[in-house]
Amino acid sequence: MRHHLVLRVVSKLLIPFIILYGLYVQFHGDFSPGGGFQAGVIVAAAIILYALIFGTDRAKQVFKPRILMVMAPLGVMLFALTGYAALALGGNYLDYDWLAQNDTAGQHIGILTVEFGVFLTVVSVMALIFLAFAGRTHEIHDDDW
Amino acid sequence: MELLINTVLLGLLGITAIAILMTRHLFVATMLSGGYSLTSAALLVSLDAVDVAFTEAAVGAGVSTVLMLGTLTLTRRREKVQKEFRWSPLLVVTVTGALLIYGTVDMPAFGDPNAPALLHIVPEYIAGTRDDIQIPNIVTAILASYRGYDTLGETAVIFTAGVGVLLLLGRRREEDEEAGTRRPERDA
Repeated sequence: MRHHLVLRVVSKLLIPFIILYGLYVQFHGDFSPGGGFQAGVIVAAAIILYALIFGTDRAKQVFKPRILMVMAPLGVMLFALTGYAALALGGNYLDYDWLAQNDTAGQHIGILTVEFGVFLTVVSVMALIFLAFAGRTHEIHDDDW
Repeated sequence: MELLINTVLLGLLGITAIAILMTRHLFVATMLSGGYSLTSAALLVSLDAVDVAFTEAAVGAGVSTVLMLGTLTLTRRREKVQKEFRWSPLLVVTVTGALLIYGTVDMPAFGDPNAPALLHIVPEYIAGTRDDIQIPNIVTAILASYRGYDTLGETAVIFTAGVGVLLLLGRRREEDEEAGTRRPERDA
């Protein structure tokens, strides 16, 4: 989409805000609608928009598949390890009460951590699936449609 | 006012669905299904399910439309025309639809606080979120804390799906071309 000047300029302006909004949905998830999954798909949509406008090759340079492939299991691991941390501190698996002195503080820490784990996995899996798909398809020309 | 909005949105959904059924052009069908997702997201907002609306807008209207377009570049643009009309699928769909509508007759009214599903454990969650967890968003409290196991499982499912897709499609095209396993170019 090299010659779509309007699309390129508008996307360039919008992508930082989409990512910022995704992070807001992530870290404000305790107070407003949203959470790890929603934030993850919003940020992944920003990555996909970038790849659509600037090409998959450039997107792969910015969002390296190798790093994304590490992030995906890291998210699941973060979630699972939070459970084990609660177990180690004396509670049940995923019982966040034990993560801090105070039950409520423990819950807050636990929820933030596992939501961040979900976020990592969702962002990287969505972006990886798109990049894998885009790697298979042919370059789309405008008159193809 | 709410009734008007819901009627308009549901009407739009119906029109879009029929248009998707009628068109034979797959590009048009893909774009329409993106529009369908966006309209459902609006409907979910009016039902106060903003979390689901987020997901529907981002995944349904955004990511999956793009993936469908990517698939379209690998296949034909037009659906194969089926000449003969078959009665049995229509019959199955009509009967299933009628049964589903019959099932809704017994359902509690929308937002009914005395609905059985809301009387079982939900009061405990609401009180616990207020007193123990102390965060305003009950949905987050239930998803991440009370139903932590479920969410852990869901995250693992997403991860597994990603691994599966990467195993199937992860190899780059050039590698396939070098190995000579790629299908020949489709005729335009």
